[in-house]
Amino acid sequence: MLKIVHYINQFFANIGGEEMAHIPAEVREGIVGPGLAFKQAFKDEAEIVATIVCGDSYFNENIDEAKTSIIEMVKKYNPDLFIAGPAFNAGRYGVACGTIAKAVKDELNIPVLTGMYVENPGADMFKNNIYIVSTKNSAAGMRDAVKKMAPLALKLGKGEKIGASSEEGYLPNGIRVNFFEKERGSKRAVKMLLAKLNDKEFQTEFPMPDFDRVEPNPAIKDITKAKIALVTSGGIVPKGNPDHIESSSASKYGKYDIDGVIDLTEETYETAHGGYDPVYANLDPDRVLPVDIMREFEKEGKIGSLHRYFYTTVGNGTAVKSAKGFAEKYAKELVADGVDAVILTST
Amino acid sequence: MVKEIERAGIPVVHMCTIVPISLTVGANRIVPTIAIPHPLGNPSLSLEEERDIRRNLLTRALKALETEVSEQTVFEK
Repeated sequence: MLKIVHYINQFFANIGGEEMAHIPAEVREGIVGPGLAFKQAFKDEAEIVATIVCGDSYFNENIDEAKTSIIEMVKKYNPDLFIAGPAFNAGRYGVACGTIAKAVKDELNIPVLTGMYVENPGADMFKNNIYIVSTKNSAAGMRDAVKKMAPLALKLGKGEKIGASSEEGYLPNGIRVNFFEKERGSKRAVKMLLAKLNDKEFQTEFPMPDFDRVEPNPAIKDITKAKIALVTSGGIVPKGNPDHIESSSASKYGKYDIDGVIDLTEETYETAHGGYDPVYANLDPDRVLPVDIMREFEKEGKIGSLHRYFYTTVGNGTAVKSAKGFAEKYAKELVADGVDAVILTST
Repeated sequence: MVKEIERAGIPVVHMCTIVPISLTVGANRIVPTIAIPHPLGNPSLSLEEERDIRRNLLTRALKALETEVSEQTVFEK
């Protein structure tokens, strides 16, 4: 029977939500949380011997320490395979799963597998280094994720040949694998063309690589004359969240007037973000959107002025397409308002 | 969002704690911050010390905006 060590976060271990995201890594014998679904899928072919639990914020704020301590934990069990997640669209969790899986593979030479939603930042970071099964964007997709991950895990653990991404369900990793299609090329091409002509969904067999990079703009010549705007994905909003920006998967952004505001306080502002522990940001929202010091800079002449409006949204499982759309829109306003530079803060 | 602001022609500095994400997304000027729930503060310090930290980080952000870059650059100090 294959021996597996499983990595999950504090949430899936049922320890707690954001308020427990700071806990360091710990190891538990046997199965915790989603390990149960894997166990059922593995039947008698594999066993999760230990589960490592680590807080998402702890991992991402202490990457080197977390990596070292978790590798030591994994080593002790000498497993045949290491599984992390699945992380769905949880950004910090996805980055943690990718980072630790890659480290285990590189340092312990053990096959590894994780799973996440294609827009999880961890996907782009690690899809060329490790097998990442493509999952849905929320934990409601657990059953589907396990169904895809378990067979691939067994193959990896046994050292069997891994098929193409389209067959096995992992995110394309740039490695081409030959296989025979059931239908011949001409038939597939005609099908695709008909679907395209009928405005139906079709899938190209030769996706173009997506290198979306923007060249840096020239530096600000004289920052003491510049009008600077604050933007955040940390969800800072006027108290009461007047526009009801969602705590996750935000569908909108807010634009708020800070004319005359010199300090964000507990009484006047708060965070709408549901993806980090809100206690510190609610007590002093300047910790995320630093209006207080920007006002100080303005007074001291270190900057020309602070733009009258700030723009804000919640970057928590928010679709890349939405975020792009928000910024396309408000960037036009920023240009029209003569803003010279932007400071964008993220949590 | 960083990329769209940059694309619109406005120089932008991204202040964030998980720098690898910012690099993957494609920010060009990056200033690493303190922690995920309080990027520009530290609740374990006094209010004055916290403001000092915030002032230092924002000074670094202004420096980043004044610095010509030809590729993704992390302003560590």
